[in-house]
Amino acid sequence: MDWTLSEASKQAIAEEATKYPTRRSALMPALHIAQRQFGWLSEAAIEAVAKELGVPVADAQGVVTFYTMYRTKPVGRYHIQVCQNLSCSLMGAEGLIGYLEKKLGVKCGETSPDGKFTISRVECLAACGTAPVMQVNDTYYEKLTPQKVDDLVAGWAKS
Amino acid sequence: MAGPLVLLRDLKPQVDDPRTRDLDWYVGQGGYKTAETVLKTKTPDDVIAEVKASGIRGRGGAGFPTGMKWSFVPKGDGPKYLLCNADEGEPGTFKDRLLLTQHPHQLIEGMIIAGFAFGARQGYVYIRGEFVIEAEIVRRAIAEAYAKNWLGKNLWGTGVDFDLHVYRGAGAYICGEETSLIESIEGKRGYPRLKPPFPAVYGAWGKPTVVNNVETLSAVPWILAKGGAQYAKIGTAKSAGTRLFSVSGHVNRPGVYEIPLGTPFTTILNDVCGGVSGGRKLKALITGGSSVPILTAAETEGLIFDFESPASKGTMLGSGGVIVMAEGTCMVRALMVLMRFYAHESCGQCTPCRDGTPWLANLTKMIETGQASMNEIELLMSVSKKMAGNTICPLADAAVMPAQSYATKFRDEFIAHLDGKGCPFPAWTFGEGH
Ligand SMILES: Cc1cc2nc3c(=O)[nH]c(=O)nc-3n(C[C@H](O)[C@H](O)[C@H](O)COP(=O)(O)O)c2cc1C
Ligand code: SF4
Ligand code: FES
Repeated sequence: MDWTLSEASKQAIAEEATKYPTRRSALMPALHIAQRQFGWLSEAAIEAVAKELGVPVADAQGVVTFYTMYRTKPVGRYHIQVCQNLSCSLMGAEGLIGYLEKKLGVKCGETSPDGKFTISRVECLAACGTAPVMQVNDTYYEKLTPQKVDDLVAGWAKS
Repeated sequence: MAGPLVLLRDLKPQVDDPRTRDLDWYVGQGGYKTAETVLKTKTPDDVIAEVKASGIRGRGGAGFPTGMKWSFVPKGDGPKYLLCNADEGEPGTFKDRLLLTQHPHQLIEGMIIAGFAFGARQGYVYIRGEFVIEAEIVRRAIAEAYAKNWLGKNLWGTGVDFDLHVYRGAGAYICGEETSLIESIEGKRGYPRLKPPFPAVYGAWGKPTVVNNVETLSAVPWILAKGGAQYAKIGTAKSAGTRLFSVSGHVNRPGVYEIPLGTPFTTILNDVCGGVSGGRKLKALITGGSSVPILTAAETEGLIFDFESPASKGTMLGSGGVIVMAEGTCMVRALMVLMRFYAHESCGQCTPCRDGTPWLANLTKMIETGQASMNEIELLMSVSKKMAGNTICPLADAAVMPAQSYATKFRDEFIAHLDGKGCPFPAWTFGEGH
């Protein structure tokens, strides 16, 4: 895989860098931009971002590993992140995870062999009033029921 | 529930009308008129005096008086920064998300006024990374305001400049802590800083900085439009104004509600939220996010939602995140879920927190799954006692307060787990709630 930042990514990073008093501050936005381009952040990708901003590679790596949203492994096309914090647990988050694992044939923390689905456990998504909740890629799905999960999975199967 | 609402229009749960996020809608409600009038006719000191008179205290958790916080920023030229804390990560808390998606312009107007009050020319909205759509909404609102020249240079011809940007986090609860948020926006790991120096003097990029919660800043336009005295009339003498409460757990109508401070808990539970779900009785209550000590049903008697009443019962209003638990809920399991969370979110700088939080998580798991003896309950108490007050930031205390309060107030249940070698309560089932 080619881990060169695209011109569009470089431009977006340059624009981010104008917003802060130090270039270093653009590191987190730049990592988001790179992750959007590549899907995940390999060492080569992290290095490319660090070089672009003139930040030591070790510092960039330190930032990547501190924050849970930067991925150091590829994930499936649908990254299903189920909230396991208290309000969601009270409304059956564990059962939801079990239901998804069975339906998709994927265990939590793993990706399906066809590369389509990854299921992860995450902490409070700040949507506790509509528990149980999961985030799939950028979108929240709230007030989940077995029926809603069935419908979602049927939709993904077609895509 | 009488009393003017400052932030929302009604008491229906989860107001969801996408029009309210548009500039035209907000301007139709008189939006940005207050910022214009303030910048044209008031001095920064006038604004701070007005916010002080309102009596508003920060809505992010600690409840520090907002006007006083602004007045700590040293006068004089040189860069100063206003950071809006939209990291919203305290379990049980989901009020700021509503403000970001429904009323982004109100937040922007509040930030213009706040920046003017203590001399910040730059502001940032630090939004948790998971809020991808919310960040887009705020970005769009910022662009709309720039297009009108209500952000940028020489606002309303007054010579005042104010730039505003969105900064996205990347999934770290600790970045809600203000000094961690500052480190994060500097492009670093979110390690909390030792205080002092306080951010008002040495904050982002080493310059004077104010960190305020979304709800706090969103209340500012109302306060300046109607006057601090008017705001102070809402609520009680010591707890001024309204508050957004986000209610979740076992209630019939969970959601975000704006309620004048001083409202009895029973009114909120029964009249606003339709009571405990499934016709059950209340067992326990979290008043202000997962970090605060829990209350038993008996302790909620006479409870009033203001700053003082929860304090008199040994807990706090915190983030306004109310979690209701009905009879039949296992308190050991609830604690286990929370301890797993704090263990995951410890930044690792302080040994008592780095080592203590996983320890508490393991102990509660052992108790819940019936692999523990009295020894583990005692360890839970002693480990947590040693963590309290011995760390750089309050995250360790945020784990200790639930640990101690659950294990003390529901001790019988902890012991029942030992005696029965497992959890005596029913599972928390999926698919029955909605
Ligand atoms: C571990 C921890 C997490 C926090 N998370 C948040 C948060 O998500 N949002 C927030 O506004 N304040 C949070 N706070 C409180 C902030 O440190 C700070 O007090 C607040 O943003 C100040 O704003 P205010 O004065 O308007 O309340 C947190 C504090 C701690 C110790
Ligand atoms: S108390 Fe915990 S989260 Fe806070 S600085 Fe120390 S290790 Fe980090
Ligand atoms: S507990 Fe799941 S969204 Fe808050």
